[in-house]
Amino acid sequence: MAEVLTVTRLSSGYGELPVLHGVSFDLRDAEVLCLLGRNGAGKTTLLKTIMGLVPATAGSTQLRGRELTRLSAHEVPRAGIAYVPQGRRLFAEMTVAENLEIGLMARQKGHATRERVLDLFPVLRERLRQRSGTLSGGEQQMLAMARALCLEPEVLLLDEPTEGLMPSMIARIREAVAALRAEGVSTILVEQRVDAVLAVADRVLFLENGRSRDVLDVATVRADPAMVRRYVGVG
Amino acid sequence: MTDRAFAPTLALHLGVIAVLAVLQFVLPDYHHGLLARIMVLAIFAMGYNLLFGYVGLLSLGHAMFFSAGLYGAGLPVFHLGWGVPAAFAAGIAAGGLLALLVGVLVLRTTGVAFMIVTMMFAQAFYLAILYFAPWTKGSEGFVLPQAARAIDIAGARWDLTSPSMRYWTALLLFSAVLALTLYVARSPYGRVLVAIRENEERTRMLGYDTFATKLLAVVLSGAICAASGAAYVLIFGYAGSTLASIQYSILPLLWVLLGGAATTLGPLLGTVFMYYVIDVASGYTTAWLLIVGIVLILLVLFFPRGVLGTIRERWVPWLP
Repeated sequence: MAEVLTVTRLSSGYGELPVLHGVSFDLRDAEVLCLLGRNGAGKTTLLKTIMGLVPATAGSTQLRGRELTRLSAHEVPRAGIAYVPQGRRLFAEMTVAENLEIGLMARQKGHATRERVLDLFPVLRERLRQRSGTLSGGEQQMLAMARALCLEPEVLLLDEPTEGLMPSMIARIREAVAALRAEGVSTILVEQRVDAVLAVADRVLFLENGRSRDVLDVATVRADPAMVRRYVGVG
Repeated sequence: MTDRAFAPTLALHLGVIAVLAVLQFVLPDYHHGLLARIMVLAIFAMGYNLLFGYVGLLSLGHAMFFSAGLYGAGLPVFHLGWGVPAAFAAGIAAGGLLALLVGVLVLRTTGVAFMIVTMMFAQAFYLAILYFAPWTKGSEGFVLPQAARAIDIAGARWDLTSPSMRYWTALLLFSAVLALTLYVARSPYGRVLVAIRENEERTRMLGYDTFATKLLAVVLSGAICAASGAAYVLIFGYAGSTLASIQYSILPLLWVLLGGAATTLGPLLGTVFMYYVIDVASGYTTAWLLIVGIVLILLVLFFPRGVLGTIRERWVPWLP
C-alpha cells in the first residue's frame, strides 16, 4: 500500500516546553492508524503539529510528497487533511445544515458531497434545521466528523471521538470510521479506549514521552496485552 | 436561514423602508428632521454591527471611521469646492483606506487588547483633527455653504438643504446599506464571519484564512461608517471634532446592543429608541440621564440580546 502521509523526525512544543521529540511514522492509503499512549505522551500535540496549529521546530510532514510544515494553518485543510479536535467544537449557534455548509464552502464542495456525508450519518439528515448546540453528545460528534468530511479530505485526524459517549454512539462512530476506510480515507485516530482501538485499527503507533516507539499491526498488539499495559497502563 | 425564510425577510425589510418613506408625510417637521438624522446615524450603527455583531470584534474606535468619512467628504467641499458625489466617494475611500491600515495592525490583537488598541487609534485620530485645526477648524468645526450641498443631475437640482430632499437622501442611503447588510448576512461570506465569531480556530481548521476574512470585514465596516460620516456632513452641513470623540465610538455600540447585535434591523431600532428616549426624557426633566439609565437597565434585564436579538431567539427564528 502506498503512503499518503509521511512524518519524519517531527519535533514541536509550546514555547520553551518541547513536547514531541523526533516522531516518525507513515500513514498508508485507506488505513486506520491509532495513536496510543499515556496522558501527556504527545498524541494531541502530534495532531496539532500536523495541522500547523503548533509550529514544528524540526522535521517534516509530507502529504503525498508535499511538505506541510511550511504551510499556514488554514492551508493544511485545503491540502487535504481534516481535523476533528477533542471536544467537537461545533458552531453551536448555527444549525446542522449551516455547520455542514461552512465545511462544504471551505473547499468549494457541493450537493453531492453533502449527500454522501449525510448518507454516512443519516441521523443528521433529520436534524438539519436544529441548532447544533442542542444536539446530543453523540450527534455532535457525528456532526463534527461530517463537517470535516465535507472537505473531502485524503486524511482524517480524529482526536478521541468516543470520549464521553454512550456505547451505542461509540459503535456508530466506529462504523463510520470503518466505512470511511472502505471509501479510501486514511485516518489517524487518537483513543484512550484500547478496546475501541483494537476493534477498528489496522496498525497502532505507540507514543511515549513525545517519542514514537513501536508501530505494530493490530493483530500483534492484540496478541501481546503486556505491551499495551506497558505503554498505556491498562489492557 | 433557509430560502423559505427569505420571503418574510424581504417583506419585513421592504415594509420597514416603506414605513420610513410614509413617515415623512405624517410626522411633524421636527420629527422629520430628527428621523433623517437617525437614519444617517443608523448607517453608522449598521457598519459597527457588521464587525461587532457578526464577527464578534468589539471596537471602541469606530468614531475614527465615521469622522474619516465626515472630514474626507467635508474638507474637499470646504477647501477645494468639490461637488457632492466626488466628496461622498472621497469620504468612503478615506474611511475604507483608514480601516485597511488600522485593521492590519489591530487584528493582531484580540479581546480587551483589541478594544484598547482601537480606542487609542481613534484618540490619535481625534487629536490629529485638533492638531490640524487650521484646516479642520478643530472643536469649533466648520459649516458647509448651502450652495455646495446640492447635486445637479441632468438639469434637475437635488438640494440637500431642503428638508424633504434631506429625508429622501437619508432614506435612500439607509436602504442601500440595509440591502448590503442583508446581502452580507445571507452570503457565504457572512456565514464565515459568524463562524469566526463562534470559534476562530475551528474556522481556520476548516481551511479559512480568518485574518484576511476579518480584515475585509474591518474595511467593509469602516467604509460603511465613513459613508455615514460623509452623508452626515453633506446632508446636515456640519463637521466638528466632537463627532470624532470617544462618545461617538460608544454610541454605535449602545445602539447595536439595544437593537440586537447581528440583526439587520437592530441598529435602526436601537438608534431610534435611544434618540427618542433621550428626546422625550430631556423634555420632562434635567435629570434625563437617570431616566435613560433606568430604561437601559430594564431593557438589558428583559431583552438580554437586544430587542430584535431576543425576539429572534424566543419567537421569530427566521429574523435575519
